[in-house]
Amino acid sequence: MGPSGTGKTTLLRMITGQLRPQSGTVTVAGQNVPGLSRRELFNLRRRMGMLFQNSALLTDLDVFENVAFPLRENTSLPDELIRQVVLTKLNSVGLRGAARLMPAELSGGMGRRVAMARAIVMDPELLLYDEPFSGLDPIALGVVLRLIRQNNDALGLTSIVVSHDVAEISRLVDHCFVISEGKVIASGPPADLVDSPSDLVRQFMTGAADGPVPFHFPAPPYADQLLGSSK
Amino acid sequence: MNLWLGLIEVVRKIGAASLFLVSILQQCPAALTRPGLISQQVHNAGVRSLVIIMTSAFFVGMVIGLQGYDSLSRLRQEDILGAAVALTLFKELGPVVTGLLFAGRAGTALASEIGLMRATDQLSAMEVMAIDPIRRIVAPRFLGAVISVPLLTATFNAVGILGAWFVGVSVMGVDNGAFWSQMQQYVDPSDIFEGVAKSVVFGVTAGLVAVFEGYNSPPTAQGVGMATTKTVVTTSILVLIFDYIITAFLLQGH
Repeated sequence: MGPSGTGKTTLLRMITGQLRPQSGTVTVAGQNVPGLSRRELFNLRRRMGMLFQNSALLTDLDVFENVAFPLRENTSLPDELIRQVVLTKLNSVGLRGAARLMPAELSGGMGRRVAMARAIVMDPELLLYDEPFSGLDPIALGVVLRLIRQNNDALGLTSIVVSHDVAEISRLVDHCFVISEGKVIASGPPADLVDSPSDLVRQFMTGAADGPVPFHFPAPPYADQLLGSSK
Repeated sequence: MNLWLGLIEVVRKIGAASLFLVSILQQCPAALTRPGLISQQVHNAGVRSLVIIMTSAFFVGMVIGLQGYDSLSRLRQEDILGAAVALTLFKELGPVVTGLLFAGRAGTALASEIGLMRATDQLSAMEVMAIDPIRRIVAPRFLGAVISVPLLTATFNAVGILGAWFVGVSVMGVDNGAFWSQMQQYVDPSDIFEGVAKSVVFGVTAGLVAVFEGYNSPPTAQGVGMATTKTVVTTSILVLIFDYIITAFLLQGH
């Protein structure tokens, strides 16, 4: 968790090896991601799944083919087996009936669920979610929330959820890290963070408008600017 | 100073495009094992360009036929109209006009398609799924262009000759036998080779520029729009430059 622009998505992209850190290491499953060759990185990525903020479905393929895509490209499984795996995964997100719809025909919440089915189709060990709740109505949000927990427990995954939705995250996760300006400023179970000694963490958890993160963007004194002595 | 910075930017871009070409060529063998993907791109880029290519070719052919007849009849040489038209089309107009039309019809479509995939994170999603977008998306589209442009050029030449024949023989009254026999007599295999060489180079150019601009476009609406514009401008300029270089190079060998 952390305010917008603090580096949460950047962190996810470093875990998947899409971005390289200027210094330091990123260790996933015992391997230093920036030090991997392209082939090793791709092998590691086959053990990960990622859900993008805007779902990132392939717009020229229907729902079924979107979910089947990683299997078709990364494995040589027969069509019949792919069909069964894809239908199972679509069923688990409740969209087996939408298999032949195109991405443009889906609502935001349905798109997110298809992307989730695609992310788990290779049976990953690590699942990354980038802002999975943004722009969803309350029902869709409830569904996504339930699916994240369900995937995690049923498939025995490690899930990393990046978000700034405090209420949703608090209901969902076992452990929370709060990031600000590129640093971890607090960590622990969500319930403990509300009582954190840090003003910044408390402001973030309670959503107060003013505090260590000021309401006003830095500006010259108000009176000076209104009276024209400063632009 | 601005000119200097502009020059550095051009050199930087040539370098980046060359490296991009190398990475595409490295993925081409893998892409060739999926002929279905390539034939789909030949359909998208090539078959769907046929209408504009054939329509343009017919009218270009009619214009050359008319202008050629006008010039040659002043010299009382209208019988060699067929040869004159064929040489003009095979060596110059066929490959060049096809290259320019291809950039406008198919190059822009390729650039905006790949640019939008970039803007909507589809390429990033593929990378995270351990699928190389260069192998899966870029290489088949590049190969589709490289295969399509020579085939479209051949189509352009054939339809252009029909256009010239229509005006020269049917309308202006050039002898039908002379039209075809003079063409056979004066067109050498080397003339055909010149056209084919140009069309292959223009295919590589148009394909590379389109996928390069699309793949590297900023992930915004404006960025994708700019990429399509740059595709047309860059391809057109490069086609004309390469046309001169190849012509000068081949004529030197004569």
